[in-house]
Amino acid sequence: MRVAVLEGGRSLERGVSLRSGAHVREALRRAGHEALAIDAGPELVAQLHEQAPDIAFVALHGGEGEDGTVQGVLELLGIPYTGAGPSACMRATDKALAKHLLGEAGIPTPVFRAFAQDSLEGLGLAAGLPELERAPGYPLVVKPAHGGSALGVKFAASAAELPSALVAAFSYDDRVVVERYVKGRDLAVSVLDLEASEAIALPIVEAIPREQDFYAYESRYEIGMTTFVCPAELPEEITLRAQELALATYRLLGCHGVARIDLLLEEESAEPTVLEANVVPGLTETSLLPQAAEAAGIDFDALVGRILQSAFTR
Amino acid sequence: MSAGDVGRGTRHTAHELARYERLFAARTRGMRSSAMREMMALTERPEVISLAGGLPDTSTFPPELYARLMAHVAADSTARALQYGPTEGMAAAMECIVQVMAEEGTVVGTEEMIVTTGGQQVIDLVCKALIDPGDAIVAEAPTYPGAVPTFGAYQADVVQIDVDVEGMPIDELEATLDRLLAEGRRPKFLYTIPNFQNPGGVTMSLERRRRLVQIARARELLVLEDNPYGLLRYEGTPLPTLYSLDAADSGRSGKSDFVIYLGTFSKILSPGVRLGWAVAPRPVLEKLNLGKQGADLCSSPVTQLFVAAYFHEHDWRGYLQELRELYRRRRDTMLEALAEHFGEEARWTAPQGGLFIWATLPEYIDTTNLLAQCTDVAFVPGRAAYMDTEGRQGASSMRLNFAGLPEQEIREGIGRIGAAAERQMRLFGALTGAPRRARPAPRPPESTLPTATPDGQPARELEPTAEAGAHTPAPAEVGADKESLADVVELRRRRAGER
Repeated sequence: MRVAVLEGGRSLERGVSLRSGAHVREALRRAGHEALAIDAGPELVAQLHEQAPDIAFVALHGGEGEDGTVQGVLELLGIPYTGAGPSACMRATDKALAKHLLGEAGIPTPVFRAFAQDSLEGLGLAAGLPELERAPGYPLVVKPAHGGSALGVKFAASAAELPSALVAAFSYDDRVVVERYVKGRDLAVSVLDLEASEAIALPIVEAIPREQDFYAYESRYEIGMTTFVCPAELPEEITLRAQELALATYRLLGCHGVARIDLLLEEESAEPTVLEANVVPGLTETSLLPQAAEAAGIDFDALVGRILQSAFTR
Repeated sequence: MSAGDVGRGTRHTAHELARYERLFAARTRGMRSSAMREMMALTERPEVISLAGGLPDTSTFPPELYARLMAHVAADSTARALQYGPTEGMAAAMECIVQVMAEEGTVVGTEEMIVTTGGQQVIDLVCKALIDPGDAIVAEAPTYPGAVPTFGAYQADVVQIDVDVEGMPIDELEATLDRLLAEGRRPKFLYTIPNFQNPGGVTMSLERRRRLVQIARARELLVLEDNPYGLLRYEGTPLPTLYSLDAADSGRSGKSDFVIYLGTFSKILSPGVRLGWAVAPRPVLEKLNLGKQGADLCSSPVTQLFVAAYFHEHDWRGYLQELRELYRRRRDTMLEALAEHFGEEARWTAPQGGLFIWATLPEYIDTTNLLAQCTDVAFVPGRAAYMDTEGRQGASSMRLNFAGLPEQEIREGIGRIGAAAERQMRLFGALTGAPRRARPAPRPPESTLPTATPDGQPARELEPTAEAGAHTPAPAEVGADKESLADVVELRRRRAGER
């Protein structure tokens, strides 16, 4: 098959996406496919027209590649593509929407409030911010609604620290989620569609930062800065519970093909709680999804083959 | 699969990479990419006006001259140009270096000199020769962002001292040295950029230069004097190099005992030739030479001969004068644009030379985040100039290069940054109930201070004072050109890390 691997793009995760894309293309070639790299920019549609691929493999992280924009373009052009469709992308990447949906479905997620920058002036919301003291209550984590990593994610120990945390988060998005800070262990559960869209949860990866910085950006994904343990050393009932929550989240948001659900095992309650869903998980050498697949006996080539299949089972 | 299979087209898995982790040297822990650098990578798109680089403008160098000089090298010395050269450098290049240093009043011979692959290599070689893990280096705060990863790679413990308008305060330096001494530690060297400091734009005063050299002599402290911009002075009186001040006291016929001088052709000719140099006391020089043998055997004879041909055939002082005039206009343009677009709460340095202005916004603005909002303009976030790039130091500042772009783009770029900063100030105002007027009101002429006085004293503070809302004086001559600038185009920014 002729596979266009969509990579790069204009998001802050461009570099990671290029690495995912290159890694995926190697696997596709080993499987006998013709793999073309297409950088998702102003020439995207022209290149897709020119190359006329049978299928598009979406290896874009963040931004337009993950929020349904690129998926909408592919639908318009009638090109089959891997992974989630536009609506699931929108639900999963909009953290505020995702958390509302989780809450309504009874899936545990940290207490939060969400609001838009426009409301601060347009609706006089600034006067309402002291309410955050009551719920979710400090300490708080302020996140851009569409942010996934540490850039723009700020910790506010008290109301005095809130304004600058908000200014930082609003640098990345015009909406933010203000979430109760939960201390605990970082768990990632990848979910993969097997035949006939039957989803399974892969073994859990725990990310243990070596340095104790709060949300240290680099430590998360640099080799040597974080220790990844897979399968995570957890009591069986917690493993099962986390996997069950991940599958429930995957179905609730309407994911397809593959997703990675990030959870936190709360220290106090020893209960897993869902933080967010990623519909285009990283596929680099050090990414969590390939580690989880490997632990389940699915090597990288087989994993890429599975994800490729998802284009035809929509 | 064995580790040896990797890299031959076979796949590598996370587990195998984890295996490499055990092979990496401990010092690689100090060599980290950061969110900030990831973001900087995104600014390397053609539509971005980048005020981030350390670039001179090489577009002013005549292509015919370049062709003629290379033809000259080919005609006269093809075999030599294509051969290895001596590690310490070729005599022809060294003679040019002697001329350049003499231009700043520093008389040196070639016997204590080494030609290097850019000035950057000197920093690396000095660390290689002097630094064991945990050794202390004293540096300015902020310091050259390009030195930060080098110091990190050698696992140095860098003690940074805040500069003011006159450079590093020597009282602070003495207190720091005393404190380190009390801990039983002696810094291996002090790193300073005395002229038009990168990124601060400040120049160390003559009095401080004298005191620094006295302290170096009294305490036997090595000083790495990084002087890439000394000849790019646009106003004021040139000041003697630390090397020459120390040499005058040494009694070793013009040779310094404690100063390692770092120079480069990057800013006065071309960074592409990758040629810099060090002048150092003989024992230090020998170690640098051994280090260089291990690093690259020699710097490129092709470019050394090119530089020699250039100095021989062309009026290099004339070209330098053209650059000075060009960069001075661009600096003035940027100062005007800053006064127009950066608001009352911002302040910035008014350098008398060099390539950079250091601008500081109110402390609630983090310039790394601001950069995320500035989709079509780039600058270096201030944190890059501090060893702890995740810390608060420098977080509200930015380094702006005024030399590399035409005036129109400088105005446009500063306008875009100003617009983004204004949005953040307005937001902060809305959050704290203290609405801010981001754009400065027109200032009466009597409230302005000159950017720099003719005797060479810069007029502005480097760091903002504690009083919020204090007024930044505008440059003396605000240009008439006040065209309105395009707003920043909004582009949503999403996740930053790998997942």
